[in-house]
This record gives sequence, C-alpha cells and structure tokens, in this order.
Amino acid sequence: MPADSETLDTVRSVTQSGYKWGFETDIEMDVAPKGLSADTIRLISERKQEPSWMLEWRLKAYQAWLAMEEPHWARVEHARIDYQDIHYYAAPKKKPGPKSLDEVDPELLRTYEKLGIPLKERAILAGVEGADQDGYVEGSGQIAVDAVFDSVSVATTFRATLSKVGVIFCPISEAIREYPDLVRQYIGSVVPVADNFFAALNSAVFTDGSFVFIPKGVRCPMELSTYFRMNARNTGQFERTLIIAEAGAHVSYLEGCTAPQRDENQLHAAVVELVAMDDATIKYSTVQNWYPGDAEGRGGIYNFVTKRGACLGARSKISWTQVETGSAITWKYPSCVLLGEDSVGEFYSVAVTNNRQQADTGTKMIHIGKGSRSTIIAKGISAGRSNNTYRGLVKVLPSAAGARNFTQCDSLLIGQECGAHTVPYIESRNRSAKIEHEATTSKIAEDQLFYCRQRGLSEEDAVNLIVNGFCKDVLKELPMEFAVEAQKLLAVSLEGSVG
Amino acid sequence: MNAILETGAAGFLARYEALLGRLPGDSTLRAAAADAFRTLGLPGATRGRRAEAWKYTTLQPLGGMSFGSSGPPPAIALPNAAARLVFAGGAFRADLSTSVPGFARFADQPEFGELSWPDRDPMVALNTMLAEDGAVLTIPNDRDAGIVFLVHAGIDGTSAHPRHMIRLGRGARLTLMELFEGEGCYVHNPVSEIHVADGAVLTHVRMQTESTAAFHLATIYAAIAEGGTYDSFTLNIGGRITRTEVHTVLDGAGAVAHLNGAQLLTGSQHADFTSVVRHAAPKGTSRQTVKNVLAGQSRGVFQGRIEVARGAQGTDGYQMNRALLLSPDAEIDTKPELEIFADDVKCSHGATVGELDPEQLFYLRSRGIPDSEARAILVRAFLAEALDPVTNDTARGLLEDAVARWWEGQA
Repeated sequence: MPADSETLDTVRSVTQSGYKWGFETDIEMDVAPKGLSADTIRLISERKQEPSWMLEWRLKAYQAWLAMEEPHWARVEHARIDYQDIHYYAAPKKKPGPKSLDEVDPELLRTYEKLGIPLKERAILAGVEGADQDGYVEGSGQIAVDAVFDSVSVATTFRATLSKVGVIFCPISEAIREYPDLVRQYIGSVVPVADNFFAALNSAVFTDGSFVFIPKGVRCPMELSTYFRMNARNTGQFERTLIIAEAGAHVSYLEGCTAPQRDENQLHAAVVELVAMDDATIKYSTVQNWYPGDAEGRGGIYNFVTKRGACLGARSKISWTQVETGSAITWKYPSCVLLGEDSVGEFYSVAVTNNRQQADTGTKMIHIGKGSRSTIIAKGISAGRSNNTYRGLVKVLPSAAGARNFTQCDSLLIGQECGAHTVPYIESRNRSAKIEHEATTSKIAEDQLFYCRQRGLSEEDAVNLIVNGFCKDVLKELPMEFAVEAQKLLAVSLEGSVG
Repeated sequence: MNAILETGAAGFLARYEALLGRLPGDSTLRAAAADAFRTLGLPGATRGRRAEAWKYTTLQPLGGMSFGSSGPPPAIALPNAAARLVFAGGAFRADLSTSVPGFARFADQPEFGELSWPDRDPMVALNTMLAEDGAVLTIPNDRDAGIVFLVHAGIDGTSAHPRHMIRLGRGARLTLMELFEGEGCYVHNPVSEIHVADGAVLTHVRMQTESTAAFHLATIYAAIAEGGTYDSFTLNIGGRITRTEVHTVLDGAGAVAHLNGAQLLTGSQHADFTSVVRHAAPKGTSRQTVKNVLAGQSRGVFQGRIEVARGAQGTDGYQMNRALLLSPDAEIDTKPELEIFADDVKCSHGATVGELDPEQLFYLRSRGIPDSEARAILVRAFLAEALDPVTNDTARGLLEDAVARWWEGQA
C-alpha cells in the first residue's frame, strides 16, 4: 500500500486547502518603510520607547549580522531572500498599547474570533474588563494569553491574577521599559546576538514577543499562551520571547501561530530564550500552523527560528514539544544547554509536510552538567512532494559524567514523491555517558494494516489507528488544550476521510 | 632535488609537477585532478570553511610534512598465500608477489574508471594526480577466484597513492584480503574502484595495521549490479590518522552490500569511518555494523549515510554503530544519516555510546570473577561480536589474531 489515498486526502485537507486561517484583516497599520538599516533599528527602538542600552544592543546585533552569511547547510531550497524588501515594523494603528481587550480594535478581535485558537474562549475574553477583575476562576483550567499581531503585542489577559502570585507575563517591549534589569540580565544570555544569521537579524529588529518571569518557588497557576499572527503584506515577523523560571518555579507555556494566505513568501525569524534555575521546570509547547503555501509551493512562511533553553540550575528541566504542520520552510532546532547537575532536557516533535513544504527541524542537547539527561522523540510524516528532515545533535562534554540520552526518530512516508531524512550528530567525550539513538523510516506496514483489517476495521480506520499510534508519544506531551488542536491539525485525526 | 622541500599540499603538487609526462594514463584527467586538489587542499590543513564530509577529521599534521616516493622497504611478514600481490611504497614488487590470473599492473594498464569523484573528494584528487601503480584485477564470468592477498607495505618518509581496479564478471566470486602495514611515518592513499556484475560476489576484507605514525587515507567506490553482493569488512588498528571512505551504489535490482567494520584505537590515534550506501535500484539490501573500541585519548569517528533514490522501492537498509569508551579521555563522534526518496522502504539505523555495562560487570563479579578479568571478558565479547560478519575462515583467523594482539597490548 504505497500511498493511501484517504490518508493523503486528510493530510491535504489539513495542510493545504483546509488552511482556514488564510484570511487577511483590514486594519489600519503603522508601517515603517521597507528595508533594513541602522535608521530602521533606531525607528523601532524609538517607537518602542526603549532605553538606550537596548538600542545599543540592537545596533551591535545589526553590525554582527552585516558580517554574517545566510546559512545554507539545511536541506531546504528557496529563492534568495531580499532583506531590503521587507517592512521591519508594522503595528495596528489605533491603539498601539492597549491595557485590556476592550480597547482593542474590534477588527482585531474579530480576527481572533475567526482564528478560533486559542482565544476561542470568548467568555473568558469577555470577562476581561480591567486589570483587577480578570475573571479568572480557580481551577477552571483557563489560559492567560498574550496576542501578538504582526509586530506588536495587542492584548495580554489575566495579568492581575498572575501578578498576585508574582508572575510577570507581558509583552517584551513593556518588560524592557518596566523590568529593564531583569531583561538586561537575561536577554541574549542563552542566544547571543551573533549566535547565527537569523538570531542576529532578530536581535537587531525584533519588535515584540512575550516576557515571562516566574519567581522563586511559584508554580504558575495557569497555562500561559502567546498567539502570533502575521497579517500585513511584505512584513516579516521577528518576535522575541524570554522566559525565566527562578529556583523551584514551574511554568507551562503554549505558542500558536497563523498567517494569511498569500502568493509571496513571508519571513518569520523568532528567537526564544528559556532560563531555568535550580529545580525549575519550563514546559514550552508549540503548534505551528503558519501558512504553508499552495499545492505548487507558491507563497507560505519561511520559518527560521532559534529556540534555546539553558538549564542553569541543578535538577532544572526544560521540555520542548512541537507540532509543526505549517510554513513553506521550517528551519528550527529547539535546544537545551544542560549546565545544571542532574538537569533534564526533552524534545518531542511531530512534523508534517505536504505538497512542496520543506521542514528541517530537530534539536541540540548539550550535556555539560553531571548526571544530565535528555530525551528526544521526533516523528516526521512526509506526503506530496515535500521534504522532511530531522537534524539533531547530542553532545556530551567531559564534565558530564553519567549523562544519559535516548533518541528516537521515526519517519513515515506517504507517496512516492516525498523525502524523509535523518541527520543526527552524536559526540561523546565522557565514557560514563550513555547514549542511544535509533531511527526508522517506513511506510504504513502491510502486516499492521492486515492485522487491523482482519479485526474488522476499515482501511481508513486502520490507517488512523496506525498513524495515531505513530505520533502518540509526542501528542501525549501536549497540554490538553493544544492536544485537541494538534490532533485536528495532524493528518492523524482523519475525521471524515473514510471514502 | 631541491634543497628546500615543499610541505603539505604544495609538496604533493610539486611532486606532480616533477613527474609530469612520466605518469601513466590520461594526462588530462590528472591535470583536472591536480586543479581540484589545488582548490580543495588537505582538509583542515588550509584555512577556510571545513567541508561537512570532513567535519570530524583534520589532516592538519600533514600540512607541515613532506614525503618522497622511495626508500628502503620495511621488513614485514608476508602472508603465506598462493595468490599474493605486494606493493611497497605504492610500487608493485614482482619479486615478493605470486602469479595471479587476471592481474595487470596499473603502471602498464592504467585505468581510472568512472565511479570516482576527484573533483569532490580531496584524497581522491590527490590519488588521481599522483597514482603510479596499483592492481588491475579482472575475474571472468562464473570464475571462482578463491582468495587473493593484496599487501601494502608503507615505507618511512614516503607517500604512496596506489590505484586499484577490481572487476568481477557475471556470477564470479572472489575474496580479496587487503593488508596495510609499514614502518615509520608515511602516507597510504589508495583508491579502489570495484565493479560487481550480475550475481557476482566479492568478499573484501581490509586489515589496517599500519605504523602508529602513519597516515592511512583510503577511498573505495563500489558498484553492484543485479543480484550481486559486495561484502566488506574493515579493521582499523594502526595509523596516526585513518580515514576509510566507502561509496557503494546498488545499481541493479536485488543487490546486496555489507559495509562492516571495527576500529580499535589507543594513544592519540584518530580513525574516521565514513560510508555512503546508495540504493539506486529496487529491492536492494544493505547491512552495516561498525564498532569502535576507544582507549587512551583516541578519537573514533563514524559517518554513515543510507540514500534511497526515487524508485528504489522495496529497499531494506540497516545500519548500526556502537562505541565502547574505555578511558576518560577517549572521544566518539557519530553521524548516521538516512536520506530517503521512496516510500516502500524499510530503513533504520541505531547508535549507542557508552562504557562497559555495570550490570554485566556486576553479573561477572557476583560469580567470583575479579574486576580486571571481568572487564577483559566483556571487551573481548564486544570485539568478537564485531568480527561476526566475517565468515571466511582465513580472513577471520587473521583478524582475530590482530584483535587479540591489540588487546594484549592494552593490558
């Protein structure tokens, strides 16, 4: 059974024609002129009312970027990107910094309504009146949301509830003004300005993003979520996220993304930095559903993202979970630097590519601390004429005695025109470290199908079951709210695909 | 001879200039290879971006050395075999060899073949530029040629660039036992091209016990036709820096490739086993198990790629790399790659890195076996397993002796 047509259909419906987030919102925008220069950066910094150290930091990044070359080692192909043909700043014009959702342009609210995720809890959002009464009900499983529209954070919910326990959750532009010491201490500490081409670009021009600070011993009372949407034409989105979990703190953070359907490509170059102190835990989940382009590969987002977490403290833990279904090109390697003794890094990933999509994604686990452990589970599903690559590094330095890694990468191919690739790098310089890596590539096995069919399941239900099982190890890591969303996005939900 | 010797890449190029007009074979091809080598240089010895294929191996030490082409031959023990071809410092030694049917000297019958990429692989460019001799071995259809020994003796202060062409006709069989030995500091830079025709079987066993001051930089290209088998095993024990690069193409339906190996390293040795298995036709099978045992400050490298071309349906590929780190300063770098463009395939790879299993040690200790002996038993078991794929008794015997000698040297 080389290419099950129903499965293909489902993948197609999810990743192409089913891109129901492809609308554009007509909102008056404040847009900077196209092009990147020191002046553009000064303009961004000025609009954001940033302190001078931030501007200097940006300019330093810009200087570094000028000396760098666009990387081409990933298995992705694209037309040359003209970095001077992009607007580096675009903001909804009317109220650039609203304090509550009521102040937000109704057009924008309608946009979120259309998006359905994760702001779909309209009741919750309606409850957001002022800073003090944010309608949070203890134990109700509600989520605090920071919504970022093109370059600007438009609304953050539940801030009052969060501030009661000392949690700071706000747009990073606000954090730069309100908590400059915290930001200054940590920004660029995990991903230095000159880390790589796209990180340097982001450092120079990032416009907004989320800032999270969880103080010592606090378990964040709710899931935190950021919603990214790229709306304006010819813009790039360069958000920057910084999450700091002090000793014993615990936070679960969700990230979702969409963009309008367009013929041209748009650039998304984000940087995410996580810092975990002693016994702290950060769980970072992403459902990435940027516009993937059409069946012929026209349009779609170039998703070039640098995500890295530093497990600074003993027994700290950083866990990345990602479900990648969107973007024309994904170039993304959420990583963990395991400095703390007995620190833990995890990476759970499902990447689905279809049509002409290209995904080159994976992780890096750098073991420095004694007894540090990491787990990597990556599932790739390729369909259509897409290419899906897992690229990862497990590195054990001499100091990491007793380090432990387990890696499993599985690829599933649907159709004869796609490609699935696995490129793991394993480097060990400590004999007491134990590393295990395994990777498989296969189609849905005849005997598995036969087994299910024999027990009375339809062919499609059987495929459902098998593909669901294929991704289960990753999906179960997602918070409930996202797991539902992810299953919809994935080909594996397969609802209505029985032919 | 010039008073001042050029070193590194310049030294090799100077030698090429000096030999111009006297080298056998296609001079245009050599000139192109020289141009490529001038551009590519010795990996790691010239500035600029490192090629991904040479990520973990540098030939930087070669940059400051120069090598001649002749010297007094080393005293090595030759295998007592009916079919034996001996090359010392890259030159054929008729006096030490026996008569082997189907054999011709590269010097008399130069053939560069069509599988190699001198424009891409620096070591192949170097060989193509300087090759003076080698074995051209042709086994006719349906002939079982038994076992042939190909012995390379390294001479101190020289660099040797032998060029071999091995052709097996339809249904032919051959066991090719290659030995690499030598004394002092020298370079062995052989390039072999192998063609296995329909239904032919080549068992290729390579035993590298070079001097620990030597550089062993070997490249093998093999093409396997329908139903043919290329069954290879490489044991790397010697050498200061070793690079074994194998490119195999399964050209015909149902072709089989085995690229097994073991590397036993100590001191500051560095050995890199790099391989590419390309499934270009349907229903091919490839198997690869490479084991590294690393003592001292040695560094083992394994880079293995399985490629499945579009249309190569029914491919079955498997690759396993295991490393045992015996000392705190040893290092292993592993990069097993899968590149798949067909859906009806079964491909998997695995890699493990670790020290001796404490549970296994405990099991032995609990039965009254002293610690040092328990460790010895476990390492020997790991090594014995590495040799399992070699089924030819003669070859297996030689490999086991070499492994046993290595292990005795560690104690």
